[in-house]
Amino acid sequence: MTKIVVLVKEVPDAAVNKQLDASTGRLVRSGERTLNPFDTHAIEAALQLKEGGELSVDEVVAVTIAPAGAEKTLNKAVALGADRSILLSDEGLAGSDVVATAYALAELVKRESPDLVLLGQQSDDGQSYAVGAAVAEYLGWPGLTQVVGLKVEGDKLRAERQAEYGYDTVEVTLPAVLSVGDAINEPRYPSLKAIMGAKKKPQEKLTLADAGIDASKVGADGSQAVWQSAEEPPAKAAGAIIEEDDVAAAVEQIVAWLDERKLV
Amino acid sequence: MSNILVYALHFEGAINKNSLGAISAAAKLAGDLGGEAHVVLVGDDISDDTAASVGAYGATKAYRVNAAAGTAQPVVDALDQIASGGDYGYALFGGGLLGFEAGAGLAARRGGGIAVEVTGLTVDGGKLVAERPVLGDSQISKIGFKGFGVVVGRLNAFEATEGGSPAPVEDVTVELSKAAGQINVVTRGEQRGADVNIEDAQVLITGGRGLGKPESFSLAEDLAGAFGGNAAVAATRAAVDAGWFPYAGQIGQTGKTVAPKLYVGLGVSGAIQHKVGMQSAEAIVAINKDANAPIFDFADLGVVGDLHAITPALTEAIKAKKG
Ligand SMILES: Cc1cc2nc3c(=O)[nH]c(=O)nc-3n(C[C@H](O)[C@H](O)[C@H](O)COP(=O)(O)OP(=O)(O)OC[C@H]3O[C@@H](n4cnc5c(N)ncnc54)[C@H](O)[C@@H]3O)c2cc1C
Ligand SMILES: Nc1ncnc2c1ncn2[C@@H]1O[C@H](COP(=O)(O)O)[C@@H](O)[C@H]1O
Repeated sequence: MTKIVVLVKEVPDAAVNKQLDASTGRLVRSGERTLNPFDTHAIEAALQLKEGGELSVDEVVAVTIAPAGAEKTLNKAVALGADRSILLSDEGLAGSDVVATAYALAELVKRESPDLVLLGQQSDDGQSYAVGAAVAEYLGWPGLTQVVGLKVEGDKLRAERQAEYGYDTVEVTLPAVLSVGDAINEPRYPSLKAIMGAKKKPQEKLTLADAGIDASKVGADGSQAVWQSAEEPPAKAAGAIIEEDDVAAAVEQIVAWLDERKLV
Repeated sequence: MSNILVYALHFEGAINKNSLGAISAAAKLAGDLGGEAHVVLVGDDISDDTAASVGAYGATKAYRVNAAAGTAQPVVDALDQIASGGDYGYALFGGGLLGFEAGAGLAARRGGGIAVEVTGLTVDGGKLVAERPVLGDSQISKIGFKGFGVVVGRLNAFEATEGGSPAPVEDVTVELSKAAGQINVVTRGEQRGADVNIEDAQVLITGGRGLGKPESFSLAEDLAGAFGGNAAVAATRAAVDAGWFPYAGQIGQTGKTVAPKLYVGLGVSGAIQHKVGMQSAEAIVAINKDANAPIFDFADLGVVGDLHAITPALTEAIKAKKG
């Protein structure tokens, strides 16, 4: 019997311009929000382990920390295949840094005591690729990030990933925390039935107090990395843009552009 | 808390260039803080010379830890133990996958803070301040630390400067955590695919996932062929991970850093981890069907359209031009 927790994040829709609040350095949370696209690969990886049969996965639980209103986003994770979901939402979490977020996520994982925790390769907004390793540390479990190949071998997982010298193959004994790269699989599209059914699957909504999380270790006060200010980088001249309506005309413009710079 | 610990990533006897950059940066910053930069090397094959060589980049001590290399857990154990035994306020990693993993683990273990993708470091009021570009590099955030600070540099952010003499090497026995015993590197640094050379090319045609299938790399090959002898084909991690192109031809964070005269991206989104490996190209041209693709924020010429239609025509036009 194996339980998998998938950590998923709600992020601003990629088509929306992301912004920083100039007074706090936090991301402006208004505007369209969606499921972090990288996390759909983690859900798919959980499903493939479940369907592969070697692990006898009996439950996949999607867990997120997000401001109130993330229920819909979490339902997307369920529609993709999670059996139920957990949303931790609390004013006290605002301004949590990577380590504080990981601490709270690890506390949520402990309540579930799964055998495996899966994450995406990066959040589309925070982009730290660090949450997974910090969660692993808080749990005292082995962690590995950017996994693009995963096989069950007895009571171990055999993971492959690219690091700076080429591909590494690593054996991990469960319980473990793995973040998966976006090349590990092609996430399926949820069926209409799955989308409709997602709303009926159990969704647990927790506050810090409900989850027994130490409020002094999260939020801006509980975070050790402190945002001080933001600056615009030195301006770079904007590039030229060709909108291709007509291939021949576009090609002519590209060649002229290259020719002008003696690049052809 | 004026000393800085630096993790030196190494493979087959050579210390990673980004780690050497981090050592140089740490040596200078530690000087400003009134302390020293000390280096930690973790592995079972580190020679005296390799360990001592960090002195040439400004470190005044090298700690050598005999443990398996290639995963984060032993590195966290080593840095935590060493940091606990001395006057260390910060740990600096030169980037790299292991840097992100070990850095995050160390920050969590020590109840500290972490800043990743850091492009600059300064000392302000006796404390380190990290500069971290965010939101597709449209803003640079300044981040300070209340307690122990972990900094992971962006690829190529810190330059290695040579000058000092070999550092004394101290062997440290580290008690490994339980997690370290649950993870085991079977093989490391496997080169997938042919040994292509992309670092010497003047023109690099780069294929991304937008090519759609491995066979479409022929579009990139043909375009490179049209440019002639000094052109080569490269790829993104997404394309390499998918098995469409050899790892040796990958640009970016965990691949090569290139600076050709001309970079042409075909179906490349322009993720930060790709950009850090090619932003020094003199001219960047991107063909992408998504007008919102991040690559258009830093391309010198952006072409919004279908690469499958444009690339063959462009190849023909360049051939015609060259006669
Ligand atoms: C720690 C870490 C290290 C990494 N290291 C690297 C690295 O070394 N190198 C690297 O490249 N990445 C690296 N990445 C991955 C990086 O984040 C991106 O996932 C990757 O660069 C995306 O590759 P891509 O642009 O090919 O694919 P995608 O991001 O999927 O982009 C494909 C693009 O093709 C376009 N497209 C699709 N069809 C067409 C068409 N018909 N015509 C025109 N355009 C089309 C799409 O609009 C899209 O913009 C790393 C990530 C992490 C977290
Ligand atoms: N607030 C959050 N709630 C749940 N999972 C998260 C959260 N933040 C990050 N993650 C997970 O951590 C991964 C890496 O995020 P990051 O370290 O921010 O790049 C994401 O792909 C998610 O799987």
